[in-house]
Amino acid sequence: MTPETGRAPAVSLRGVSIAYRVGDGARYEAVRPVDLDVPDQSFVAIVGPTGCGKSTLLNAAAGLIAPSSGSVSIFGEPLAGVNRRAGYLFQLDALMPWKTAIDNVAVALEPMGVRRGEARERAHAMLKRVGLASFADRYPHMLSGGQKKRVALAQTLIRDPKILLMDEPFGPLDAQTRVIMGNLLLELWATDRKAVLFITHDLDEAIALADRVIVMAAGPRSHFVGDFRIDLPRPRDIAEVRHDKRFFDLHRDIWAALRDEVSRAYAQADGVAA
Amino acid sequence: MKPSRALVLALQILFGVALLVAWHFAANIRVGSATLKFFLSAPLDVFWRVVKLFSEGEIWGHMWITFQETVYAFVLGSVAGVLCGFALARNPLAAAVADPYLKAANALPRVVLAPIFMLWLGLGVWSKVALGFSLVFFIVFFNVFQGVREVPATILANARMLGFNERQLFRHVYWPAALTWMFSSLHTSVGFALVGAVVGEYLGSAAGLGYLIHQAEGVLDTTGVFAGMAILTAFVLIIDALVTVIERRLLVWQPQGAQTTT
Repeated sequence: MTPETGRAPAVSLRGVSIAYRVGDGARYEAVRPVDLDVPDQSFVAIVGPTGCGKSTLLNAAAGLIAPSSGSVSIFGEPLAGVNRRAGYLFQLDALMPWKTAIDNVAVALEPMGVRRGEARERAHAMLKRVGLASFADRYPHMLSGGQKKRVALAQTLIRDPKILLMDEPFGPLDAQTRVIMGNLLLELWATDRKAVLFITHDLDEAIALADRVIVMAAGPRSHFVGDFRIDLPRPRDIAEVRHDKRFFDLHRDIWAALRDEVSRAYAQADGVAA
Repeated sequence: MKPSRALVLALQILFGVALLVAWHFAANIRVGSATLKFFLSAPLDVFWRVVKLFSEGEIWGHMWITFQETVYAFVLGSVAGVLCGFALARNPLAAAVADPYLKAANALPRVVLAPIFMLWLGLGVWSKVALGFSLVFFIVFFNVFQGVREVPATILANARMLGFNERQLFRHVYWPAALTWMFSSLHTSVGFALVGAVVGEYLGSAAGLGYLIHQAEGVLDTTGVFAGMAILTAFVLIIDALVTVIERRLLVWQPQGAQTTT
């Protein structure tokens, strides 16, 4: 934070809480005050049961929602409005369905004032990097789920953001495609090591990708209940790393923390339903 | 099992022929010293009347008038509908204020406005355009209004994260979304533009297909009425086919509009 402690973290949440007014005017506190630092060049994953408010926290880091209390700073500067230094990969389809793959990627450069011709050239190069060069002229509906994610990834990365925010981006994909996309992400990340904040409910995915895995409690008034350093060597292969003895140990430890929260989340969901 | 195309086509032709034959015999039933032709006309008479109308060339002028009225009503109604739909979708206060008035205006059967439009705009083309406009406008308006308000939240959030300003948001997100909804109502709105034109002509005019049918009715010329109806039907089908072609080209990015290639 301060100059003497070295570089400010890419994302820093201080006492951030998120609360909503629900229908009858009551206050629903989704996330109680939490602190979180994502240092530059590091890959942090947050895992938690469904509905624990992990996406909400990510949206606060993105500037899409304002926290109810606390502050968000980006490289030491307080965040006001949308986080311009971050790219966001959404869980659901965020591509513009009326634009071809290449136009979807090229349009991301328009706010930066890049000329159309140059934008298209760079978009083409970017599509090539994600392995979709031959699909440039297809519309999103002509692409598979994995291909759409690649386009979305290209759209996010072409702006070269210093921070990547990812909200269960591979959630809707099938198991094989997730492995391929995970490896692609790690490969791209290795070249320029952006700060990544990755939200998932899949513990295997979190351990395989991240440097650090944070476990979130079941909501409401969710908070962090565990913080684990993942010391698996890089480069990693998502499919291979799962057979590593160290992976197994980490998984067991983190799961012990996560399991209680998952059962609490289910118990609460049942309570609501009853 | 799905019936084969050849079978369907054969049965369709057979059905049509059966109808015409039934019509032919019904028309020739004798009642006293006359036949029922006075009431029913007859398929062959109608056919020859159509041929005569085209060979004498008078019909082209009427078709051109109706076509013009349809196009004007469609274009003006669509432009106004898109603009208003857009403006109100982006301005919740204005939308809330306008809501009861729009609902009331749309609830009114537009045909009753035809005499008013004639009073204001005369018996020429523009009173028909106004009637068509009053029909097209609301269809396009409601579609665009809905379309702009229902742009998926994820696409909007993504656009914000990409750093789009208001102008870019309009150009790349809202505008294409609005157009999509306008095009999805294209068939309906073109159809209503035509209804406005023909009904307007029918109620008072000096030219057009609706006028032609009305004239024939005035002199109890059933053959003329049926000939006019046949031409009008063909006219509508051709315009509808044109709309389909345009739609295919414009909505190429939509799943049903395009064939995937490998």
